[in-house]
Amino acid sequence: MSNNLRVAAFCFFIVLNSLAYGSLDTIIIDQGQDDPVRIAVVPFEIDSELSEQINLSDIISFDLVRSGQFQPLASENMLSFPSDADNVFFRDWRILKTDYLLIGKASLSIDKKVSVFFELFDVVNERKMETRRFLVDLVNWRDVAHKISDLVYEQITGIRGAFSTQIMYVLAKNAGTTNATYSLQIADSDGERTRTLIESPEPILSASWSPDGNRVAYVTFETGRPSIVIEAIDGSYRKRITNFRGINGSPVFSPDGGSLALVLSRDGDPEIFIMDLETEVLRRVTRHHAIDTEPSWSPDGKSIIFTSDRGGRPQIYRVELSTNFIERLTFVGDYNARARLLPDGQHLVFVHRKDGVFHIAWQDLERDNIQVLTETALDESPSLAPNGTMLIYATQNQGRGILAVVSIDGRVKYRLPSSLGDVREPAWSPFNDGFKKW
Amino acid sequence: MQNELHPRLRLMVAMFVSLFLFVGCSSTSQEPVQQQEPVEEPAPPAQPKAKAPVDFAPGGLDPIDSRGRPISRTFFFEYDKAVLSASDLASLELHAKILRRNSSRSLVIEGHCDERGTREYNLALGEQRANAVRSFLRSAGVSSRQLETVSYGEEQPSDPGHNEGAWSRNRRAVLSYR
Repeated sequence: MSNNLRVAAFCFFIVLNSLAYGSLDTIIIDQGQDDPVRIAVVPFEIDSELSEQINLSDIISFDLVRSGQFQPLASENMLSFPSDADNVFFRDWRILKTDYLLIGKASLSIDKKVSVFFELFDVVNERKMETRRFLVDLVNWRDVAHKISDLVYEQITGIRGAFSTQIMYVLAKNAGTTNATYSLQIADSDGERTRTLIESPEPILSASWSPDGNRVAYVTFETGRPSIVIEAIDGSYRKRITNFRGINGSPVFSPDGGSLALVLSRDGDPEIFIMDLETEVLRRVTRHHAIDTEPSWSPDGKSIIFTSDRGGRPQIYRVELSTNFIERLTFVGDYNARARLLPDGQHLVFVHRKDGVFHIAWQDLERDNIQVLTETALDESPSLAPNGTMLIYATQNQGRGILAVVSIDGRVKYRLPSSLGDVREPAWSPFNDGFKKW
Repeated sequence: MQNELHPRLRLMVAMFVSLFLFVGCSSTSQEPVQQQEPVEEPAPPAQPKAKAPVDFAPGGLDPIDSRGRPISRTFFFEYDKAVLSASDLASLELHAKILRRNSSRSLVIEGHCDERGTREYNLALGEQRANAVRSFLRSAGVSSRQLETVSYGEEQPSDPGHNEGAWSRNRRAVLSYR
């Protein structure tokens, strides 16, 4: 497959995404691996009543493209358009050097539901790999597309797909002026279906998800100082968690969802605390006159990594909660902050200043080697997809705050600017088992 | 230049001066001493107590010095630092004086950062800047009752630019009187 076709495919997806409604665009900068998996996503056969409203294969193809590991075949190059196994002739696909084939159908069912059916084939070995049927409310058709992407991705790569996830972020309009508004927004992983969770004339920051995806915690200046609020995603409740004098910041849910790590400076300087969400009892974790902030949890919930300048400059440390043993983790560079552990617990992503420029870097905790992942500047707030393959962060482009995504291997890069204002503080949702719609 | 005054005039001047001294010093002073002798110069009017200093411009929110000039309410910092300069301290000394004199007034000290670095660490750095101001005012005798600090980190820049000039204008502490 020539590079020209690849570029054409990407351009197609860029245009497609800009036309679709949603305040986050998705612009691909770097396409990923040099040897991507070739897949043909045949346009699904869709009932004429539905074909205006839904387009499953485009959503699926774009999901796979964004992972950087797939190269979908452009439909104008397809020799046939099967929608069921009987019409699949593997020769048609081997000729096009395609490794995998995805076909499907969608039809309107009773009660404004849509029935979706798909089949995934291994072209080389001429066998069916996966098939599934869904019945969902028509309004949720995008969820089905992303679910199919997840299944295809997992079948082929062995890694659980993260296309059915959400991105939460802050949209700041007229920031720093008297008519500034800040809103906490949620969008699909492809930037679509944006919706506002809350809106405020005062700054919002440090939003984070509960592990079940049903709640978020964030910092708001609505009381005149930074305070922490927990809110249900469906808006059913909202509770102020702490509003002590000084800083109330950096709320992060524990992996079991029962506690919140946070930062309070009420005792004189910023320290890490853990609050039991049921009893509301606070436990202090750090005791040092330096700045201790930006906690996050290890996947097993037994330690917390955090930023501290107790050594003179901000660096990343880890504290083991049962023993209070503290060790420093970063030694390269004079500013390392806001770290997050990968799901394997062995790798760190964080903000790293190199030659005065702020990038996102990755570090192997066993081998201690560090790798800068981004070429952008003024990078902050890295957040990992729940399968650990991609990370989203905030950066600037042409004087505007934008979000950007980079794969952990650094090869895939795309940008998500908003036409409505500056976007920042992204938080990638967990796997959404908690909000299944089927 | 005349070194010698007419003895009678000398006495007059001495009494004139002592009148001022007598009146200006004590708040529990007696009635001002009236002049006993006829004088050639017109009698100075009875002096009231020394006028209280005006600490604020009309409106009550902008502090002024003894010459009526505004005292700076914004202090700037170097990158990654929360250290006040000597001239900052001199201005803060004036603020301290005003707060000591006006115990019913209070101050909110805001700390701010430029946009570089992480947001939460910048909340902490902003707080350090506000605290530097607060510490000095406390050491200058201002009651903690009158002082409140809040950090905005990088959230409320005064200059939305993305260059050294904007950044230096954003690294600041701002004093607001209540």
